[in-house]
Amino acid sequence: MRFMVIVKATPDSEAGVMPSTEDLAAMGDYNEELAKAGVMLGGEGLHPSSAGARVRFDAEGRATVVDGPFAETKELIAGYWILQASSKDEVLEWVKKIPAGTGQPSEVEVRQVYDVEDFGDAFTPELAEQDARIREQAESQHGS
Amino acid sequence: MPGDARHVVDAVWRMESARVISGLARMVRDVPLAEDLAQEALVAALETWPRSGVPDNPGAWLMATARNRAIDLMRRNARLQDKTEVMARDLGIAMAAGMAPPWEEGIGDDLLALVFTCCHPALSREARVALTLRMVGGLKTEEIARAFLVESRTVGQRISRAKKTLSELHAPFAVPEGDELDERLPGVLEVIYLIFNEGYAATQGEQWMRPALVEDSLRLGRVLAELTPREAEVHGLVALMELQASRMRARRGRDGRPVLLMDQDRSRWDLLLIGRGLRALDRAEGLGGALGPYAIQAAIAACHARARTPEATDWVRIAALYDRLSEVSPSPVVELNRAVALGMAYGPEAGLALVEAIEATGALEGYHLLPSARGEMLERLGRAEEARAAFAAAAALTENEHERAVLLARAGATSPGSRARP
Repeated sequence: MRFMVIVKATPDSEAGVMPSTEDLAAMGDYNEELAKAGVMLGGEGLHPSSAGARVRFDAEGRATVVDGPFAETKELIAGYWILQASSKDEVLEWVKKIPAGTGQPSEVEVRQVYDVEDFGDAFTPELAEQDARIREQAESQHGS
Repeated sequence: MPGDARHVVDAVWRMESARVISGLARMVRDVPLAEDLAQEALVAALETWPRSGVPDNPGAWLMATARNRAIDLMRRNARLQDKTEVMARDLGIAMAAGMAPPWEEGIGDDLLALVFTCCHPALSREARVALTLRMVGGLKTEEIARAFLVESRTVGQRISRAKKTLSELHAPFAVPEGDELDERLPGVLEVIYLIFNEGYAATQGEQWMRPALVEDSLRLGRVLAELTPREAEVHGLVALMELQASRMRARRGRDGRPVLLMDQDRSRWDLLLIGRGLRALDRAEGLGGALGPYAIQAAIAACHARARTPEATDWVRIAALYDRLSEVSPSPVVELNRAVALGMAYGPEAGLALVEAIEATGALEGYHLLPSARGEMLERLGRAEEARAAFAAAAALTENEHERAVLLARAGATSPGSRARP
């Protein structure tokens, strides 16, 4: 299963303060550990909300653009990871290893991404009969 | 918290067991013994953590506990030698001082040595799959049994037999080098791809895809790729698996039936996995040298992944890649795929010529996709009568009801203007 680990903004991230060399190195080591364990699928850091914008839609779908920055820092996000793990417990153990404690309290939010498994209603018994066909197709890149 | 401790133990085991086992194996020079010691640490965690709480660094706790057991064992060992005594003493001091023990520096090599031990050529394929999932993937016996729809007891016996074989072999705990590495690496890749295919195209059970097993194999492949960054075929295998897995959401229709590649809704392909697959393929190609069978198949999958629409598919390139695949890894099924690609790239005459050549060898006799491909080529050539006969022949050979219905419909309805499908 796949999880999005959402990194919440801090006053520093919103002020565009770049992490120190040591913090960056620690984060680099952490990302390397995630990659070596095969759990890291992707992730990015985000510019402060002052560089962003919100688009609001009214009930009729008309768009209004509101430029950043936005005030409620702890509701904002500063980056994310996409991790693949065997369970929520496992992803939480990975998250606990994040090199935090860089002088400010911080918070991340862990959310599960919808996946094939979540559309399980269509996995029906009659599919068993498809096995032979699927196996053949596995050998063929034209298959599926 | 105590109620959750068990889940945390499981989670930590998934993350850390391979490192614990391989670190111990380096110490005791015996993978089966190392696994036993790691299991003892796991049992200790299950006993301790629910009472005392989960330690701050649970992975280190497991490692230290298993290490202590190893040291105890070495001290008890009647054949204790000076060297091991010194080692045990140094380890004890290192742990007491909270220092990283010397072997953690070489953890990558240890992990790789563990992978090669689990995929030892003296073991059966089933045993290699089970050992790799258990020792490298951190799966429990019951999880492996569930994934392969066999009795837990069967998997347990398979694992203990395999461990016994390994003990008797006294196989050195080391990464093979030079020619031996070249010789044994394909066996490791085969195990990972077997696990992938069992998840991607399940041979048994009600579900024809098992996403968790696909994820386990992807994870093993990515771990191996980081351990052997100079091995192009490892990146090739990872690329192939990522690219195939990127189509999982699209390859099953709303009615639950499989959807063929050319009919898939490409907006449902997983762009994250496609990106990872293409990057892995770049790494394989960037290492230079001739591509192996996994990398070539990945390159073919990449042609499909890059095509925004079926019509945009670069069939000329795919046909060229199949030429290479049939050289490095010849098989009648590869030839048939090559015929289809030739037909798409250069027209139905080219494809039909190869289909007829395959028919002449008799290698795919009784395989319905052969007359089905023949029907495709004939249909596109406007030879409707012969095409109908070919589809009827294919329908008689398939054991799949849905597919038979499709083929029979084409046998009855083929006309020169009907749509060509690859």
